[in-house]
Amino acid sequence: MSWVEIGTINDIPRRGARCVNTPNGKIAVFRTMEGQIFAIDDHCPHKGGPLSQGIVHGASVTCPLHSWVISLETGKALGADEGCVKTIPIRLNGDSIMAELELPAVAAE
Amino acid sequence: MEKKQKLVVIGNGMAPGRALEHLFELAPDAFDVTIFNAEPRVNYDRIMLSPVLSGEKEFEEIIIHGDGWYIKHGITLYKGHKVVNIDREAKTVTSDAGTTEPYDKLLIATGSVPFVLPVPGNNLPGVLTYRDLDDVNAMLLAAQSRARAVVIGGGLLGLEAAAGLKSRGMDVTVLHIMPTLMERQLDPAAGYLLEKAVETRGIRVMTKASTKEIIGNGKVEGVLLADGTTLPADLVVMAAGIRPNAMLAKEAGLETNRGIVVDAGMRTSDPDIFSIGECAEVGGQCYGLVAPLYEMARVMSAQLAGEQEAAFVHSETPTKLKVTGINLFSVGDLGEGDDRQEIVLRDAAAGVYKRLVLKDDRIIGTVLYGETADGAWFHDLTKKRTDISDMRDTLIFGQSYQGGSPLDPMAAVAALPDDAEICGCNGVCKSKITGAITGKGLTSLDDVRAHTKASASCGSCTGLVEQLLSLTLGDSYNPSAVTPMCSCTDLGHDDVRRLIKAKGLKSIPAVMQELQWKTSCGCAKCRPALNYYLVSDWPDEYADDYQSRFINERVHANIQKDGTYSVVPRMWGGMTSSKELRAIADVVDKFDIPAVKVTGGQRIDMLGIRKEDLPAVWADLGKAGFVSGQAYAKGLRTVKTCVGTDWCRFGTQDSTGLGIRIEKFMWGSWTPAKVKMAVSGCPRNCAEATCKDVGIICVDSGYEIHFAGAAGLDIKGTEVLGLVKTEDEALEHVVALTQMYREQGRYLERIYKWAKRVGLDEIRRQIMQDEPRRRGYFERFVFSQKFAQVDPWSERVSGVDKHEFQPMASIGYQQAAE
Repeated sequence: MSWVEIGTINDIPRRGARCVNTPNGKIAVFRTMEGQIFAIDDHCPHKGGPLSQGIVHGASVTCPLHSWVISLETGKALGADEGCVKTIPIRLNGDSIMAELELPAVAAE
Repeated sequence: MEKKQKLVVIGNGMAPGRALEHLFELAPDAFDVTIFNAEPRVNYDRIMLSPVLSGEKEFEEIIIHGDGWYIKHGITLYKGHKVVNIDREAKTVTSDAGTTEPYDKLLIATGSVPFVLPVPGNNLPGVLTYRDLDDVNAMLLAAQSRARAVVIGGGLLGLEAAAGLKSRGMDVTVLHIMPTLMERQLDPAAGYLLEKAVETRGIRVMTKASTKEIIGNGKVEGVLLADGTTLPADLVVMAAGIRPNAMLAKEAGLETNRGIVVDAGMRTSDPDIFSIGECAEVGGQCYGLVAPLYEMARVMSAQLAGEQEAAFVHSETPTKLKVTGINLFSVGDLGEGDDRQEIVLRDAAAGVYKRLVLKDDRIIGTVLYGETADGAWFHDLTKKRTDISDMRDTLIFGQSYQGGSPLDPMAAVAALPDDAEICGCNGVCKSKITGAITGKGLTSLDDVRAHTKASASCGSCTGLVEQLLSLTLGDSYNPSAVTPMCSCTDLGHDDVRRLIKAKGLKSIPAVMQELQWKTSCGCAKCRPALNYYLVSDWPDEYADDYQSRFINERVHANIQKDGTYSVVPRMWGGMTSSKELRAIADVVDKFDIPAVKVTGGQRIDMLGIRKEDLPAVWADLGKAGFVSGQAYAKGLRTVKTCVGTDWCRFGTQDSTGLGIRIEKFMWGSWTPAKVKMAVSGCPRNCAEATCKDVGIICVDSGYEIHFAGAAGLDIKGTEVLGLVKTEDEALEHVVALTQMYREQGRYLERIYKWAKRVGLDEIRRQIMQDEPRRRGYFERFVFSQKFAQVDPWSERVSGVDKHEFQPMASIGYQQAAE
């Protein structure tokens, strides 16, 4: 696991999201109304919808395909639905956003 | 991992739907499921067709499994495929469309077919049965003529059909061959009361009426009875019973009798083939009410999941009539006999009749008319075989008179034992409901329906469920309150709209602050609604909040199931040119767009475009003069036209020109839900204007304006707004109508639903008769268009919202090398 800079907080609108391509697939990085940053896999546990395209409210996002609501903090589906998506640890370094990503070993040379 | 078995289901009614729900709970990954549905739609609650017919419910409200459910469970659903052959040797089934699917296990749930009287004329156009949504739609169409209907059959279905047609304005006669109505469920006294009640609703009832012939030349004109009476009729509904549909099973060589013979585990004579529902015959009996059918579903799914002891047990099911204002409950054995006694209560003035049939101090049959609240309790006593000798004196007065606590309905519900069945359709007992309310923190009827299914089928136990809610939650439950917009507020849509105007609220945070929202920044339900209300109410001052828009409206394209997008440019009035078509062809080639489709709204859809490519696609389309078709918007979509006087030998006006004029005038406007329009050049109506949100039919004398049509889940012909003489007037009226809807509609409420809520006459009065008001609507629309008519595509080509289309970063291997 390594900490990688993926952008700055100003790249993401409040109550919005951007996606980041990684060797293990797309992740979605969210910025809430209050300015908190979260990252989760960009893949709804239901039918794989792109969560980065959903509406962000509080610390959760509603999937654009079938309206599952996913907690950004835990990755768990809220309400009557059940499912979970992977969360990615985030650290702020000033304005820049660092994510802890699992990167392939070949890269470690 | 074990390979999944293949389960093929023939039929997509309530029984197999329920069986699959159980199966996915018991053995989530055991089966790949394929369903063949002869009806071209998803699974809906057939019991609730009568409220749809009478107009008390919409089709959407009675859907059990939407398309999403099939997707979620990976089910292949062939809509509109009728299975015509089962090959038990090869273990395959084949549909009339030629599709063949192999199975490991097969479930036959072909239901029943209506019994059609074998009389001459029974196949004339205008003779319908009452079985599925198509029948209901056909009846609704016939009802528009406000003509005469004859319903043959005075049973449950026939009476519900008659009441529905009557409430739709038809003149209705019910013919029943027996001396009293519903004679299989009611004794003659209750049947007589029912007949009186039906007649006071203006429905004529003729008992002992035997149909001899249906007469007519090319279509139904009347019904001839055996006694020589002729009844004129424009519509005849056969509701004289159903027959199990066992044909397919019989042809496949399975054992059949009246229905498909199955054992208590719902297996047919072929151990790999099951059958449930109205087509199945178990223990020599076929069933038509939903509770035993759901029980079959439970048993069958348990068997499939390997529980070999699961077995179907016969039980009596109460009958209830779903006609608003008539309360009727009947269950069990009502026959008379030397070994039986009865307790009867009559109150002619109040229209109450109650009869209990007793044998050996136990209740074996119950009929309640007029006052049915104690039905569940009597039924419970029957099921438990309770000895009633101690309370015999007061038994007929009901549960609240036992034990000295009279007349409090809440006390009666409170006194019910935990295992008392509340919802007969879904087999939900009291403790399951109260447990869910406390355990899951449920606060509304909808919550209880979602989590327990109680009162989610026929709805007749809704009152009991609400009483359980108030018992469990105390004063915090308020059933009469307005439905809130969402769980972020207690206010309904109308209150929020009114307060936005009254308090001059001009931003989403202002609304949430002033109206005391319970969440910090709303949810995916209220935010898009608030954004629309603010755009609509303050077009010049409000800054559109893109983060509160659904993705399609944020990126101006339609998201598809794989995360790609589709793009539809405007083709004004459906007209195009070689230049435009060439530009589209070039874009398709350049961006390797996998699918191109002509839409129902007379334009062209390009599907499968990567999000990153959208701005470049729009740049190329923009060069050819295209703007966004807003095929994604809660706003003006298309204006469909025919070729009118330009080309058509029947055209009466320039329908193409008017369509283009309307589209150019109104494009870009946001509305509560999508708005589709059409202009037809003559009453032949080639542009299909009479099923649109707003439609115009050109006639010699001018323009007939229509509105409130629908052709989606619901099919509904338009209502006439009025006739105007000139094209200018037509435009003004259409625009004013749309603005009225923009100002009053609830978010996601289509015009036909808004119109039903507000009242057609009120809309006609404001738009057709009140000129100052119409001008006001028109001018407010024109004002708001100044800010709305900006092509979103060219805006984005020039750099607006760039962040929406590019990833923030792409982390590759090299960066990881640190």
